[in-house]
Amino acid sequence: MEIKLNLNGRAVTASAAPDTMLIDFLREQGCLSVKRGYETSNCGLCTVMMDGKPILSCSTLAARADGHEVYTLEGLQAEAEEFASFVANQGADQCGFCNPGFVMNTIALLRENPDPTDDEIRAFLSGNLCRCSGYESQLRGIRAYLDSRK
Amino acid sequence: MLRIKEYIRPQSLEEAYQLCQKKGNVVLGGMLWLKMQNRSVNTAIDLQDLGLDKIEENDEEYRIGAMVTLRQLEQHAGLERLTHGAMAEAVRHIVGVQFRNLATIGGSIYGRFGFSDVLTLFMAMGAKVELYNGGVMSVEAFTHLPREIRDILVAVIVPKDVKRAAYQSQRNASTDFPVLTCAVCETDEGVTCAVGARPALAVCVKGLPADAPEETAETVTEQLQFGSSLRAGEEYRRRICRVLVRRALEAMNAQEV
Repeated sequence: MEIKLNLNGRAVTASAAPDTMLIDFLREQGCLSVKRGYETSNCGLCTVMMDGKPILSCSTLAARADGHEVYTLEGLQAEAEEFASFVANQGADQCGFCNPGFVMNTIALLRENPDPTDDEIRAFLSGNLCRCSGYESQLRGIRAYLDSRK
Repeated sequence: MLRIKEYIRPQSLEEAYQLCQKKGNVVLGGMLWLKMQNRSVNTAIDLQDLGLDKIEENDEEYRIGAMVTLRQLEQHAGLERLTHGAMAEAVRHIVGVQFRNLATIGGSIYGRFGFSDVLTLFMAMGAKVELYNGGVMSVEAFTHLPREIRDILVAVIVPKDVKRAAYQSQRNASTDFPVLTCAVCETDEGVTCAVGARPALAVCVKGLPADAPEETAETVTEQLQFGSSLRAGEEYRRRICRVLVRRALEAMNAQEV
C-alpha cells in the first residue's frame, strides 16, 4: 500500500506492507536514529513524534501514520542541541543506544512543560530505559540545562 | 509475530461493524497488546477517521470516544476534578508517556483485561459503554458479555454524579503490570469498590459505608476471590487487597465533597 506522510518537514510517499511497523518504514527512509530495542513497547528507544506527540514507532503500523506528520531526531537536531551537551557533560550518554529516544522524549517534555521539577522529569521519562547510566546522570544533565536558562 | 494482510480505515461505524463481523478481522485500538501476539490478521480495522478521539461533556456525563488515549484521560482537567485525581493516578503508572499516547480507552476496555487499571476505575464509577450494535450497558455488565460477540465500542460514558473517588494499585516494579488494582467511588447510592488484577477481571462490591475503612476493607476482601500468577500469589493478593481498599477509603474520606 502507498503511504504519504510529512517526514521531518518534507512530503514522503513510499510503499509498505500493511504490517510494516513505523520503525522499519522510517529506517528505510534513512532515519537511523530510530533504534530497535526490546520491541515490547517498554523501552522507548524507538520514540518519534507523530503530530507533535511522542509515540513508540515499534508499536505503530506505518499505515497508521499515513496522512500524519512524523518527526525523528534527524528533523529536530537544532532543538536537541540546546540540551544535549548538558547531558553529555554529565556522562549520561555512555553506550549511546538509548540516547535518540531519550532526547526525543525530553524534547516532548520541555515543549509541554518548560520548567519541570525533578519528579516531573522522572515521571515523563519513565518510559525510556537505559542500561548504562542509572538515570541520575541524565536527570543531572536536564537539570543543568534548565538551571542554565534561569 | 503479528501478520496483517490488509489495512482499512472505515469511513463509518456501520462499515467498521460489518468488517469486524468476519472472524479474521481485528479492530485496532492502540494495538500495543495486539502487537505482542503471534497471530495472523486478515484485515486490520483502524477507527482513526471516525472522530472517536474526543472527550465531550454535558450536564450529566462525560462521553469518552473509544480512540481517546490514556494520555488524554490523564491530562483532562474535567476528569481530574470529577475523580479528585483518581483518573490520572489510574494511568500514570502504565509504562511511559509514549505508550499512553498510543493506548486507547477502547482497546483497554474492550479487551477486558484482568490487569486493566482504567477498567477498575470506570467500573467503580458506574461508567457505561456504548456499543455500536449492542447499545449502552454498564461496564460491569459488559465484562460478562460473551467474547464471541463482535461489536464496536464507540464510547465510554462516565456519569457526573461522583462525589468522591480514589485509586490505588500495587506493582512489583515501577511501570510493570499491577499485582492488584483498587478504586473506590462515592455517589448518592453509597460507596462502590472495584478490585482488579486479582489476577482475574475487576469486580465490584456496592453499597459500602464510607466510614470505618478498616472494617470495610475486611468486608470487601472476604467477598472476593483471588488467584496466583507469576507476579503474586493468592494469599499475597488477599493481604494487599485489605491494605489498598483501606488506603483508598482513607484517601477518599480526606476529600471534600
